[in-house]
Amino acid sequence: MPEPMGFYTDTTVCIGCKACEVACKEWNQLPSTNGGVNTLSGDSYDNTRRLDGTHWRHVKFVEQFPEDRKDGRWLLMSDVCKHCVQAACLEVCPTGAIIRTEFDTVVIQSDVCNGCRDCISACPFGVIEVNPVSNTAQKCTLCYDRMQGGMEPACSKACPTQSIQFGTISELRARAQKRVDQLHQIGEKRAYLYGADEKMLGGLNSFYLLVDKPEVYGLPPDPKLPTRNLRSGALFSIFGAILIGVIGILNFRNRGAGDRDETRP
Amino acid sequence: MNAAPSSTYFSAPPDWGWLIASYFFLGGLAGGCYFFAALIDLFGRPEDRPLAHLGYYIALPCLIVSGMLLTLDLGRPLRFWHMLIESNTYRPMLKPWSPMSAGSWALLSFGAFTFLAFLAALAEEDRLAWAPRVRPPGLVGVLIAVIGGMLGVYVAGYTGVLLAVTNRPIWSDTPLLGMLFVVSAASISAAAMILLSHPSRATMPGLAALHRIDSWAVALELLVLIAVVISLGPVMRAWLNAWGLVLFVGVVVLGMLIPLALYWRRESLGDRTPTAAAALVLVGGFILRVVIVFSAEGV
Repeated sequence: MPEPMGFYTDTTVCIGCKACEVACKEWNQLPSTNGGVNTLSGDSYDNTRRLDGTHWRHVKFVEQFPEDRKDGRWLLMSDVCKHCVQAACLEVCPTGAIIRTEFDTVVIQSDVCNGCRDCISACPFGVIEVNPVSNTAQKCTLCYDRMQGGMEPACSKACPTQSIQFGTISELRARAQKRVDQLHQIGEKRAYLYGADEKMLGGLNSFYLLVDKPEVYGLPPDPKLPTRNLRSGALFSIFGAILIGVIGILNFRNRGAGDRDETRP
Repeated sequence: MNAAPSSTYFSAPPDWGWLIASYFFLGGLAGGCYFFAALIDLFGRPEDRPLAHLGYYIALPCLIVSGMLLTLDLGRPLRFWHMLIESNTYRPMLKPWSPMSAGSWALLSFGAFTFLAFLAALAEEDRLAWAPRVRPPGLVGVLIAVIGGMLGVYVAGYTGVLLAVTNRPIWSDTPLLGMLFVVSAASISAAAMILLSHPSRATMPGLAALHRIDSWAVALELLVLIAVVISLGPVMRAWLNAWGLVLFVGVVVLGMLIPLALYWRRESLGDRTPTAAAALVLVGGFILRVVIVFSAEGV
Protein backbone atom coordinates (compact mmCIF):
# COMPACT_ATOMS: atom_id res chain seq x y z
CA MET A 1 0.00 0.00 0.00
CA PRO A 2 1.54 3.32 -1.03
CA GLU A 3 1.59 6.23 1.37
CA PRO A 4 -1.29 8.76 1.21
CA MET A 5 -0.57 11.23 -1.57
CA GLY A 6 -1.96 14.68 -2.27
CA PHE A 7 -1.49 18.34 -3.10
CA TYR A 8 -0.19 21.24 -1.04
CA THR A 9 -1.13 24.51 -2.70
CA ASP A 10 0.77 27.63 -1.61
CA THR A 11 -1.54 30.42 -2.76
CA THR A 12 1.09 33.12 -2.03
CA VAL A 13 3.19 32.11 -5.04
CA CYS A 14 0.36 31.48 -7.51
CA ILE A 15 0.63 33.91 -10.46
CA GLY A 16 -2.71 33.00 -12.05
CA CYS A 17 -1.17 31.65 -15.28
CA LYS A 18 -3.72 28.79 -15.47
CA ALA A 19 -1.09 26.34 -16.72
CA CYS A 20 -2.63 23.85 -14.26
CA GLU A 21 -6.08 24.26 -15.84
CA VAL A 22 -4.70 23.68 -19.32
CA ALA A 23 -2.54 20.72 -18.31
CA CYS A 24 -5.54 19.16 -16.54
CA LYS A 25 -7.78 19.56 -19.57
CA GLU A 26 -5.13 18.18 -21.92
CA TRP A 27 -4.30 15.09 -19.91
CA ASN A 28 -7.88 14.27 -18.96
CA GLN A 29 -9.18 15.08 -22.45
CA LEU A 30 -11.77 17.52 -21.14
CA PRO A 31 -13.50 19.77 -23.69
CA SER A 32 -12.22 23.35 -23.67
CA THR A 33 -14.71 24.99 -26.00
CA ASN A 34 -17.70 24.97 -23.62
CA GLY A 35 -19.82 23.73 -26.49
CA GLY A 36 -19.08 26.93 -28.43
CA VAL A 37 -20.79 29.09 -25.79
CA ASN A 38 -19.09 32.36 -24.86
CA THR A 39 -18.40 32.08 -21.15
CA LEU A 40 -16.48 35.32 -20.60
CA SER A 41 -17.33 36.51 -17.12
CA GLY A 42 -17.40 40.19 -18.10
CA ASP A 43 -16.44 41.44 -14.64
CA SER A 44 -13.26 39.56 -13.83
CA TYR A 45 -10.09 38.15 -15.34
CA ASP A 46 -11.41 34.81 -14.11
CA ASN A 47 -13.41 33.29 -16.96
CA THR A 48 -13.47 29.74 -15.61
CA ARG A 49 -15.60 30.92 -12.65
CA ARG A 50 -15.96 27.60 -10.86
CA LEU A 51 -15.10 23.94 -10.71
CA ASP A 52 -17.50 21.72 -12.64
CA GLY A 53 -17.72 18.54 -14.69
CA THR A 54 -15.31 19.81 -17.34
CA HIS A 55 -13.16 22.08 -15.14
CA TRP A 56 -11.32 19.98 -12.59
CA ARG A 57 -8.82 22.78 -11.85
CA HIS A 58 -9.91 26.37 -11.43
CA VAL A 59 -7.58 29.27 -10.65
CA LYS A 60 -9.70 31.50 -8.47
CA PHE A 61 -9.11 35.22 -8.88
CA VAL A 62 -10.09 37.02 -5.70
CA GLU A 63 -9.99 40.64 -6.86
CA GLN A 64 -10.10 42.98 -3.86
CA PHE A 65 -10.29 46.50 -5.23
CA PRO A 66 -12.09 49.57 -3.82
CA GLU A 67 -14.38 51.65 -6.02
CA ASP A 68 -11.68 54.22 -6.91
CA ARG A 69 -9.16 51.43 -7.61
CA LYS A 70 -6.34 53.41 -5.88
CA ASP A 71 -5.40 50.43 -3.82
CA GLY A 72 -6.04 46.74 -4.05
CA ARG A 73 -4.75 43.20 -4.08
CA TRP A 74 -5.11 39.95 -5.91
CA LEU A 75 -5.51 36.66 -4.15
CA LEU A 76 -4.94 33.74 -6.50
CA MET A 77 -5.75 30.18 -5.62
CA SER A 78 -5.76 27.10 -7.80
CA ASP A 79 -8.84 25.26 -6.57
CA VAL A 80 -9.34 21.52 -6.93
CA CYS A 81 -11.06 18.56 -5.25
CA LYS A 82 -9.86 18.36 -1.64
CA HIS A 83 -9.67 14.53 -1.60
CA CYS A 84 -11.03 14.57 1.97
CA VAL A 85 -10.06 11.70 4.24
CA GLN A 86 -13.70 11.68 5.39
CA ALA A 87 -15.30 12.41 2.04
CA ALA A 88 -18.91 13.57 1.92
CA CYS A 89 -19.40 12.52 -1.72
CA LEU A 90 -18.11 9.01 -1.10
CA GLU A 91 -20.29 8.70 1.99
CA VAL A 92 -23.59 9.32 0.18
CA CYS A 93 -22.86 7.84 -3.30
CA PRO A 94 -25.59 5.18 -3.73
CA THR A 95 -23.99 3.32 -6.64
CA GLY A 96 -20.51 2.81 -5.24
CA ALA A 97 -19.13 4.83 -8.16
CA ILE A 98 -17.06 6.96 -5.78
CA ILE A 99 -14.13 5.05 -4.33
CA ARG A 100 -11.05 5.66 -2.21
CA THR A 101 -7.88 4.62 -4.02
CA GLU A 102 -4.70 3.03 -2.72
CA PHE A 103 -3.19 6.56 -2.69
CA ASP A 104 -5.92 7.74 -0.23
CA THR A 105 -7.47 9.88 -2.97
CA VAL A 106 -11.15 9.98 -3.97
CA VAL A 107 -12.13 8.99 -7.50
CA ILE A 108 -15.48 8.81 -9.34
CA GLN A 109 -15.71 5.82 -11.68
CA SER A 110 -17.49 7.28 -14.67
CA ASP A 111 -18.65 3.89 -15.97
CA VAL A 112 -20.47 3.19 -12.68
CA CYS A 113 -21.99 6.63 -11.95
CA ASN A 114 -25.61 6.97 -13.07
CA GLY A 115 -25.90 10.71 -12.60
CA CYS A 116 -28.14 10.86 -9.50
CA ARG A 117 -26.24 13.98 -8.32
CA ASP A 118 -26.42 13.17 -4.59
CA CYS A 119 -22.64 13.77 -4.38
CA ILE A 120 -23.03 17.27 -5.82
CA SER A 121 -25.28 18.35 -2.96
CA ALA A 122 -23.10 16.50 -0.43
CA CYS A 123 -19.70 18.03 -1.27
CA PRO A 124 -19.19 20.95 1.16
CA PHE A 125 -16.77 22.59 -1.30
CA GLY A 126 -18.98 22.58 -4.41
CA VAL A 127 -16.36 20.62 -6.36
CA ILE A 128 -18.45 18.07 -8.27
CA GLU A 129 -20.76 18.70 -11.21
CA VAL A 130 -22.18 16.74 -14.11
CA ASN A 131 -20.00 16.51 -17.20
CA PRO A 132 -22.36 17.19 -20.12
CA VAL A 133 -20.42 14.80 -22.36
CA SER A 134 -20.76 11.72 -20.16
CA ASN A 135 -23.84 12.87 -18.19
CA THR A 136 -22.15 11.56 -15.07
CA ALA A 137 -20.71 13.41 -12.08
CA GLN A 138 -17.03 14.20 -12.53
CA LYS A 139 -14.17 15.89 -10.73
CA CYS A 140 -10.40 15.78 -10.24
CA THR A 141 -9.05 12.22 -9.98
CA LEU A 142 -5.67 13.46 -8.75
CA CYS A 143 -4.55 11.93 -12.06
CA TYR A 144 -5.14 8.41 -10.78
CA ASP A 145 -4.01 6.98 -14.12
CA ARG A 146 -0.72 8.92 -14.03
CA MET A 147 -0.09 7.96 -10.40
CA GLN A 148 -0.60 4.30 -11.18
CA GLY A 149 2.18 4.74 -13.75
CA GLY A 150 4.46 6.43 -11.23
CA MET A 151 3.97 9.93 -12.63
CA GLU A 152 2.92 13.05 -10.81
CA PRO A 153 -0.44 14.74 -11.68
CA ALA A 154 -0.51 16.95 -14.77
CA CYS A 155 -1.34 20.20 -12.93
CA SER A 156 1.48 20.11 -10.39
CA LYS A 157 3.88 19.01 -13.14
CA ALA A 158 2.90 22.06 -15.19
CA CYS A 159 2.87 24.63 -12.34
CA PRO A 160 5.78 27.01 -13.04
CA THR A 161 5.99 28.54 -9.53
CA GLN A 162 5.57 25.40 -7.43
CA SER A 163 2.36 26.82 -6.03
CA ILE A 164 0.91 23.33 -6.54
CA GLN A 165 3.14 20.70 -4.96
CA PHE A 166 2.56 16.97 -5.11
CA GLY A 167 3.91 14.38 -2.70
CA THR A 168 3.18 12.24 0.32
CA ILE A 169 0.89 13.95 2.81
CA SER A 170 3.39 13.72 5.68
CA GLU A 171 6.15 15.33 3.63
CA LEU A 172 3.83 18.01 2.23
CA ARG A 173 2.61 18.92 5.71
CA ALA A 174 6.16 19.37 6.98
CA ARG A 175 7.06 21.49 3.96
CA ALA A 176 3.92 23.60 4.33
CA GLN A 177 4.52 24.22 8.05
CA LYS A 178 8.05 25.40 7.25
CA ARG A 179 6.65 27.83 4.68
CA VAL A 180 4.12 29.21 7.21
CA ASP A 181 6.94 29.76 9.74
CA GLN A 182 9.01 31.53 7.09
CA LEU A 183 6.11 33.80 6.11
CA HIS A 184 5.44 34.64 9.77
CA GLN A 185 9.13 35.54 10.20
CA ILE A 186 9.15 37.97 7.30
CA GLY A 187 6.01 39.67 8.57
CA GLU A 188 3.13 37.92 6.77
CA LYS A 189 1.41 37.02 10.01
CA ARG A 190 -1.89 36.10 8.30
CA ALA A 191 -0.48 32.97 6.66
CA TYR A 192 -2.03 29.71 7.87
CA LEU A 193 -2.82 26.22 6.60
CA TYR A 194 -6.38 25.20 5.63
CA GLY A 195 -7.17 21.51 5.98
CA ALA A 196 -3.65 20.32 6.82
CA ASP A 197 -4.66 18.42 9.96
CA GLU A 198 -7.26 15.84 10.97
CA LYS A 199 -9.62 18.42 12.42
CA MET A 200 -11.13 19.24 9.02
CA LEU A 201 -12.96 16.16 7.62
CA GLY A 202 -10.17 13.91 8.84
CA GLY A 203 -7.71 16.00 6.86
CA LEU A 204 -7.81 17.36 3.34
CA ASN A 205 -5.41 15.50 1.07
CA SER A 206 -5.37 18.64 -1.00
CA PHE A 207 -4.70 21.40 1.51
CA TYR A 208 -3.93 25.10 1.21
CA LEU A 209 -1.76 27.90 2.53
CA LEU A 210 -4.02 30.97 2.77
CA VAL A 211 -3.53 34.58 3.88
CA ASP A 212 -7.14 35.56 4.50
CA LYS A 213 -10.29 34.00 5.94
CA PRO A 214 -11.45 30.85 4.10
CA GLU A 215 -14.70 32.58 3.05
CA VAL A 216 -12.68 35.15 1.08
CA TYR A 217 -11.42 32.31 -1.10
CA GLY A 218 -14.89 30.79 -1.34
CA LEU A 219 -13.98 27.99 1.05
CA PRO A 220 -16.31 26.94 3.88
CA PRO A 221 -14.91 27.90 7.30
CA ASP A 222 -16.40 24.78 8.87
CA PRO A 223 -17.07 21.98 6.35
CA LYS A 224 -19.03 19.04 7.77
CA LEU A 225 -20.10 15.56 6.75
CA PRO A 226 -23.69 15.24 5.49
CA THR A 227 -24.46 12.25 7.74
CA ARG A 228 -24.31 14.56 10.78
CA ASN A 229 -28.07 15.03 10.18
CA LEU A 230 -28.91 11.36 9.69
CA ARG A 231 -29.69 10.36 13.27
CA SER A 232 -31.65 13.48 14.23
CA GLY A 233 -33.48 13.51 10.89
CA ALA A 234 -34.47 9.87 11.24
CA LEU A 235 -35.56 10.24 14.89
CA PHE A 236 -37.77 13.25 14.16
CA SER A 237 -39.29 11.39 11.18
CA ILE A 238 -40.10 8.36 13.35
CA PHE A 239 -41.64 10.71 15.91
CA GLY A 240 -43.80 12.20 13.15
CA ALA A 241 -44.79 8.73 11.98
CA ILE A 242 -45.83 7.73 15.51
CA LEU A 243 -47.98 10.86 15.88
CA ILE A 244 -49.69 10.18 12.55
CA GLY A 245 -50.16 6.51 13.44
CA VAL A 246 -51.81 7.39 16.75
CA ILE A 247 -54.10 9.96 15.09
CA GLY A 248 -55.00 7.39 12.43
CA ILE A 249 -55.70 4.52 14.83
CA LEU A 250 -57.76 6.66 17.22
CA ASN A 251 -59.98 7.84 14.37
CA PHE A 252 -60.32 4.62 12.36
CA ARG A 253 -60.80 2.16 15.19
CA ASN A 254 -64.04 0.38 15.84
CA ARG A 255 -64.84 1.71 19.25
CA GLY A 256 -64.42 5.01 20.98
CA ALA A 257 -64.11 7.35 18.02
CA GLY A 258 -65.51 10.64 19.27
CA ASP A 259 -68.20 11.56 16.78
CA ARG A 260 -68.50 8.46 14.74
CA ASP A 261 -72.25 8.58 14.69
CA GLU A 262 -72.38 12.02 13.14
CA THR A 263 -72.39 10.76 9.57
CA ARG A 264 -74.43 7.64 10.20
CA PRO A 265 -77.84 7.63 8.56
CA MET B 1 -20.42 34.97 -0.16
CA ASN B 2 -18.29 36.57 2.56
CA ALA B 3 -21.08 36.75 5.10
CA ALA B 4 -22.64 33.33 4.47
CA PRO B 5 -24.87 32.39 7.43
CA SER B 6 -23.79 28.76 7.22
CA SER B 7 -20.97 26.64 5.80
CA THR B 8 -23.60 25.00 3.60
CA TYR B 9 -23.48 28.04 1.32
CA PHE B 10 -20.25 26.87 -0.36
CA SER B 11 -21.75 23.72 -1.89
CA ALA B 12 -23.18 23.43 -5.40
CA PRO B 13 -26.82 22.84 -6.38
CA PRO B 14 -27.60 19.33 -7.73
CA ASP B 15 -30.27 20.57 -10.18
CA TRP B 16 -33.03 18.46 -8.71
CA GLY B 17 -36.05 20.08 -10.32
CA TRP B 18 -39.66 19.36 -11.24
CA LEU B 19 -39.17 15.61 -11.60
CA ILE B 20 -37.85 15.33 -8.06
CA ALA B 21 -40.41 17.72 -6.54
CA SER B 22 -43.17 15.71 -8.27
CA TYR B 23 -41.64 12.47 -6.99
CA PHE B 24 -41.59 13.83 -3.43
CA PHE B 25 -45.32 14.51 -3.82
CA LEU B 26 -46.29 11.19 -5.45
CA GLY B 27 -43.99 9.15 -3.20
CA GLY B 28 -45.64 10.83 -0.21
CA LEU B 29 -49.07 9.99 -1.60
CA ALA B 30 -48.15 6.36 -2.25
CA GLY B 31 -46.66 5.87 1.21
CA GLY B 32 -49.36 7.77 3.06
CA CYS B 33 -52.31 6.16 1.27
CA TYR B 34 -50.88 2.68 1.85
CA PHE B 35 -50.28 3.55 5.51
CA PHE B 36 -53.86 4.72 6.09
CA ALA B 37 -55.24 1.75 4.13
CA ALA B 38 -53.22 -0.57 6.37
CA LEU B 39 -54.51 1.20 9.49
CA ILE B 40 -58.10 0.73 8.28
CA ASP B 41 -57.37 -2.96 7.57
CA LEU B 42 -55.79 -3.55 10.96
CA PHE B 43 -57.79 -1.32 13.30
CA GLY B 44 -60.82 -0.11 11.36
CA ARG B 45 -64.42 -1.16 11.04
CA PRO B 46 -65.31 -3.90 8.55
CA GLU B 47 -67.64 -1.52 6.69
CA ASP B 48 -64.65 0.75 5.97
CA ARG B 49 -62.77 -1.85 3.96
CA PRO B 50 -63.70 -0.28 0.61
CA LEU B 51 -61.82 2.79 1.82
CA ALA B 52 -58.74 0.64 2.45
CA HIS B 53 -59.06 -0.71 -1.09
CA LEU B 54 -59.09 2.88 -2.33
CA GLY B 55 -55.83 3.57 -0.48
CA TYR B 56 -54.14 0.62 -2.19
CA TYR B 57 -55.57 1.66 -5.56
CA ILE B 58 -53.99 5.11 -5.17
CA ALA B 59 -50.66 3.81 -3.88
CA LEU B 60 -49.70 1.55 -6.80
CA PRO B 61 -50.01 4.01 -9.71
CA CYS B 62 -48.36 6.78 -7.67
CA LEU B 63 -45.44 4.49 -6.90
CA ILE B 64 -45.06 3.36 -10.52
CA VAL B 65 -44.96 6.97 -11.72
CA SER B 66 -42.50 7.75 -8.89
CA GLY B 67 -40.10 5.13 -10.18
CA MET B 68 -40.37 6.50 -13.69
CA LEU B 69 -39.73 10.08 -12.52
CA LEU B 70 -36.66 9.01 -10.56
CA THR B 71 -35.25 7.03 -13.48
CA LEU B 72 -35.86 9.89 -15.92
CA ASP B 73 -34.09 12.32 -13.61
CA LEU B 74 -30.83 10.34 -13.72
CA GLY B 75 -28.06 11.55 -16.00
CA ARG B 76 -27.86 7.98 -17.31
CA PRO B 77 -31.37 6.50 -16.88
CA LEU B 78 -30.42 3.05 -18.15
CA ARG B 79 -28.05 2.73 -15.21
CA PHE B 80 -30.88 3.02 -12.64
CA TRP B 81 -30.10 -0.51 -11.43
CA HIS B 82 -26.64 0.62 -10.26
CA MET B 83 -28.50 1.87 -7.15
CA LEU B 84 -29.30 -1.74 -6.24
CA ILE B 85 -26.56 -3.89 -7.78
CA GLU B 86 -22.87 -3.04 -7.94
CA SER B 87 -22.32 -2.82 -11.67
CA ASN B 88 -18.80 -4.25 -11.77
CA THR B 89 -19.19 -7.07 -9.26
CA TYR B 90 -22.96 -7.78 -9.52
CA ARG B 91 -23.19 -7.85 -5.75
CA PRO B 92 -26.01 -6.04 -3.91
CA MET B 93 -25.26 -2.35 -3.35
CA LEU B 94 -26.50 -0.99 -0.02
CA LYS B 95 -25.20 1.81 2.19
CA PRO B 96 -27.65 2.07 5.12
CA TRP B 97 -26.20 5.46 6.08
CA SER B 98 -26.93 6.95 2.65
CA PRO B 99 -30.67 7.77 2.44
CA MET B 100 -30.64 7.50 -1.35
CA SER B 101 -29.14 4.04 -1.22
CA ALA B 102 -31.45 2.77 1.54
CA GLY B 103 -34.36 4.57 -0.10
CA SER B 104 -33.79 2.75 -3.39
CA TRP B 105 -34.18 -0.59 -1.63
CA ALA B 106 -37.19 0.72 0.29
CA LEU B 107 -38.84 1.79 -2.97
CA LEU B 108 -38.19 -1.60 -4.53
CA SER B 109 -39.60 -3.57 -1.61
CA PHE B 110 -42.48 -1.16 -1.05
CA GLY B 111 -43.28 -1.65 -4.74
CA ALA B 112 -43.68 -5.37 -4.18
CA PHE B 113 -46.02 -4.84 -1.20
CA THR B 114 -48.01 -2.20 -3.06
CA PHE B 115 -48.51 -4.59 -5.95
CA LEU B 116 -49.64 -7.45 -3.68
CA ALA B 117 -52.02 -5.22 -1.71
CA PHE B 118 -53.43 -3.81 -4.96
CA LEU B 119 -54.15 -7.29 -6.29
CA ALA B 120 -55.64 -8.46 -3.00
CA ALA B 121 -57.95 -5.44 -2.90
CA LEU B 122 -59.13 -6.19 -6.43
CA ALA B 123 -59.68 -9.82 -5.47
CA GLU B 124 -61.73 -8.90 -2.41
CA GLU B 125 -63.98 -6.78 -4.62
CA ASP B 126 -64.35 -9.78 -6.95
CA ARG B 127 -62.85 -7.87 -9.84
CA LEU B 128 -59.90 -10.18 -10.35
CA ALA B 129 -60.68 -13.88 -10.08
CA TRP B 130 -57.14 -15.27 -10.19
CA ALA B 131 -55.51 -12.88 -7.72
CA PRO B 132 -54.68 -14.16 -4.21
CA ARG B 133 -57.03 -12.79 -1.57
CA VAL B 134 -54.24 -12.14 0.89
CA ARG B 135 -56.21 -9.75 3.08
CA PRO B 136 -56.35 -9.24 6.83
CA PRO B 137 -57.31 -10.83 9.16
CA GLY B 138 -55.43 -13.64 7.40
CA LEU B 139 -51.83 -13.89 8.58
CA VAL B 140 -50.27 -13.11 5.18
CA GLY B 141 -52.64 -10.22 4.75
CA VAL B 142 -51.74 -8.81 8.16
CA LEU B 143 -48.04 -9.11 7.34
CA ILE B 144 -48.54 -7.31 4.03
CA ALA B 145 -50.42 -4.54 5.81
CA VAL B 146 -47.92 -4.16 8.67
CA ILE B 147 -44.63 -4.38 6.76
CA GLY B 148 -45.97 -2.51 3.74
CA GLY B 149 -47.39 0.22 5.96
CA MET B 150 -44.05 0.72 7.66
CA LEU B 151 -42.26 0.78 4.31
CA GLY B 152 -44.85 3.30 3.12
CA VAL B 153 -44.02 5.72 5.92
CA TYR B 154 -40.34 5.16 5.19
CA VAL B 155 -40.82 6.02 1.52
CA ALA B 156 -42.84 9.10 2.46
CA GLY B 157 -40.24 10.38 4.92
CA TYR B 158 -36.80 9.29 3.76
CA THR B 159 -36.78 11.97 1.07
CA GLY B 160 -36.76 14.67 3.74
CA VAL B 161 -33.90 12.93 5.54
CA LEU B 162 -32.12 12.61 2.18
CA LEU B 163 -32.29 16.37 1.74
CA ALA B 164 -30.94 16.85 5.27
CA VAL B 165 -28.04 14.45 4.60
CA THR B 166 -26.39 16.87 2.15
CA ASN B 167 -24.50 20.11 2.54
CA ARG B 168 -27.03 22.37 0.81
CA PRO B 169 -28.45 25.48 2.49
CA ILE B 170 -31.95 25.06 4.03
CA TRP B 171 -31.99 21.27 3.41
CA SER B 172 -29.11 20.44 5.72
CA ASP B 173 -29.63 23.36 8.09
CA THR B 174 -32.62 21.68 9.77
CA PRO B 175 -33.16 18.08 10.91
CA LEU B 176 -36.95 18.41 10.57
CA LEU B 177 -37.58 17.97 6.83
CA GLY B 178 -38.11 14.22 7.20
CA MET B 179 -40.75 14.79 9.88
CA LEU B 180 -42.34 17.53 7.76
CA PHE B 181 -42.56 15.16 4.79
CA VAL B 182 -44.06 12.35 6.91
CA VAL B 183 -46.74 14.60 8.36
CA SER B 184 -47.39 16.23 5.00
CA ALA B 185 -47.67 12.80 3.35
CA ALA B 186 -50.42 12.04 5.88
CA SER B 187 -52.28 15.26 5.11
CA ILE B 188 -52.13 14.89 1.31
CA SER B 189 -52.97 11.18 1.46
CA ALA B 190 -56.02 11.67 3.64
CA ALA B 191 -57.02 14.49 1.26
CA ALA B 192 -56.55 12.30 -1.82
CA MET B 193 -58.63 9.49 -0.28
CA ILE B 194 -61.40 11.99 0.58
CA LEU B 195 -61.37 13.39 -2.95
CA LEU B 196 -61.34 10.05 -4.73
CA SER B 197 -63.83 8.18 -2.56
CA HIS B 198 -67.01 7.34 -4.38
CA PRO B 199 -70.00 9.67 -3.70
CA SER B 200 -72.05 6.63 -2.66
CA ARG B 201 -69.70 6.17 0.28
CA ALA B 202 -70.32 9.66 1.66
CA THR B 203 -71.94 8.19 4.75
CA MET B 204 -69.15 5.76 5.50
CA PRO B 205 -67.78 6.25 9.04
CA GLY B 206 -64.21 5.93 7.70
CA LEU B 207 -64.70 8.98 5.54
CA ALA B 208 -65.67 11.06 8.56
CA ALA B 209 -62.56 9.67 10.26
CA LEU B 210 -60.48 10.80 7.28
CA HIS B 211 -61.89 14.32 7.61
CA ARG B 212 -60.81 14.42 11.24
CA ILE B 213 -57.44 12.85 10.47
CA ASP B 214 -56.78 15.36 7.71
CA SER B 215 -57.52 18.33 9.94
CA TRP B 216 -55.23 16.90 12.63
CA ALA B 217 -52.48 16.22 10.09
CA VAL B 218 -52.72 19.70 8.56
CA ALA B 219 -52.57 21.32 12.00
CA LEU B 220 -49.56 19.18 12.90
CA GLU B 221 -47.93 20.00 9.57
CA LEU B 222 -48.32 23.70 10.27
CA LEU B 223 -46.60 23.30 13.64
CA VAL B 224 -43.74 21.30 12.09
CA LEU B 225 -43.32 23.90 9.34
CA ILE B 226 -43.06 26.63 11.98
CA ALA B 227 -40.47 24.49 13.79
CA VAL B 228 -38.54 24.10 10.51
CA VAL B 229 -38.40 27.87 10.03
CA ILE B 230 -37.25 28.41 13.63
CA SER B 231 -34.60 25.68 13.42
CA LEU B 232 -33.13 27.25 10.28
CA GLY B 233 -31.85 30.14 12.42
CA PRO B 234 -29.94 32.71 10.32
CA VAL B 235 -30.43 30.57 7.17
CA MET B 236 -34.09 31.64 7.36
CA ARG B 237 -32.90 34.61 5.28
CA ALA B 238 -32.86 32.30 2.26
CA TRP B 239 -36.67 32.38 2.36
CA LEU B 240 -36.93 36.18 2.52
CA ASN B 241 -37.75 36.33 -1.19
CA ALA B 242 -40.39 35.18 -3.67
CA TRP B 243 -40.06 31.58 -2.40
CA GLY B 244 -40.94 32.73 1.11
CA LEU B 245 -44.01 34.46 -0.27
CA VAL B 246 -45.04 31.33 -2.19
CA LEU B 247 -44.49 29.28 0.96
CA PHE B 248 -46.65 31.60 3.04
CA VAL B 249 -49.47 32.20 0.56
CA GLY B 250 -49.46 28.84 -1.28
CA VAL B 251 -48.68 26.49 1.58
CA VAL B 252 -49.58 28.14 4.89
CA VAL B 253 -52.66 30.14 3.85
CA LEU B 254 -54.03 28.19 0.88
CA GLY B 255 -52.89 24.70 1.87
CA MET B 256 -53.26 24.83 5.65
CA LEU B 257 -55.22 27.72 7.19
CA ILE B 258 -58.15 27.77 4.72
CA PRO B 259 -58.57 23.93 4.74
CA LEU B 260 -58.43 23.97 8.55
CA ALA B 261 -61.15 26.62 8.61
CA LEU B 262 -63.23 24.59 6.15
CA TYR B 263 -62.86 21.37 8.17
CA TRP B 264 -63.75 23.36 11.28
CA ARG B 265 -66.87 24.91 9.76
CA ARG B 266 -68.14 21.85 7.94
CA GLU B 267 -71.24 23.62 6.59
CA SER B 268 -69.63 26.71 5.09
CA LEU B 269 -69.68 25.48 1.48
CA GLY B 270 -72.48 22.95 1.84
CA ASP B 271 -71.80 19.35 0.87
CA ARG B 272 -68.66 20.29 -0.99
CA THR B 273 -66.80 21.68 2.03
CA PRO B 274 -64.56 18.66 2.74
CA THR B 275 -63.91 18.22 -0.98
CA ALA B 276 -62.74 21.81 -1.30
CA ALA B 277 -60.58 21.51 1.80
CA ALA B 278 -59.00 18.29 0.55
CA ALA B 279 -58.25 19.78 -2.87
CA LEU B 280 -56.51 22.76 -1.24
CA VAL B 281 -54.47 20.45 1.00
CA LEU B 282 -53.22 18.58 -2.07
CA VAL B 283 -52.28 21.80 -3.86
CA GLY B 284 -50.51 23.09 -0.74
CA GLY B 285 -48.62 19.82 -0.31
CA PHE B 286 -47.32 20.03 -3.85
CA ILE B 287 -46.29 23.68 -3.50
CA LEU B 288 -44.52 22.83 -0.23
CA ARG B 289 -42.26 20.34 -2.00
CA VAL B 290 -41.67 22.67 -4.93
CA VAL B 291 -40.57 25.47 -2.58
CA ILE B 292 -38.27 23.19 -0.58
CA VAL B 293 -36.60 21.77 -3.70
CA PHE B 294 -36.25 24.96 -5.72
CA SER B 295 -35.51 27.52 -3.00
CA ALA B 296 -32.28 25.69 -2.09
CA GLU B 297 -31.32 25.23 -5.74
CA GLY B 298 -31.15 28.97 -6.20
CA VAL B 299 -28.94 29.83 -3.21
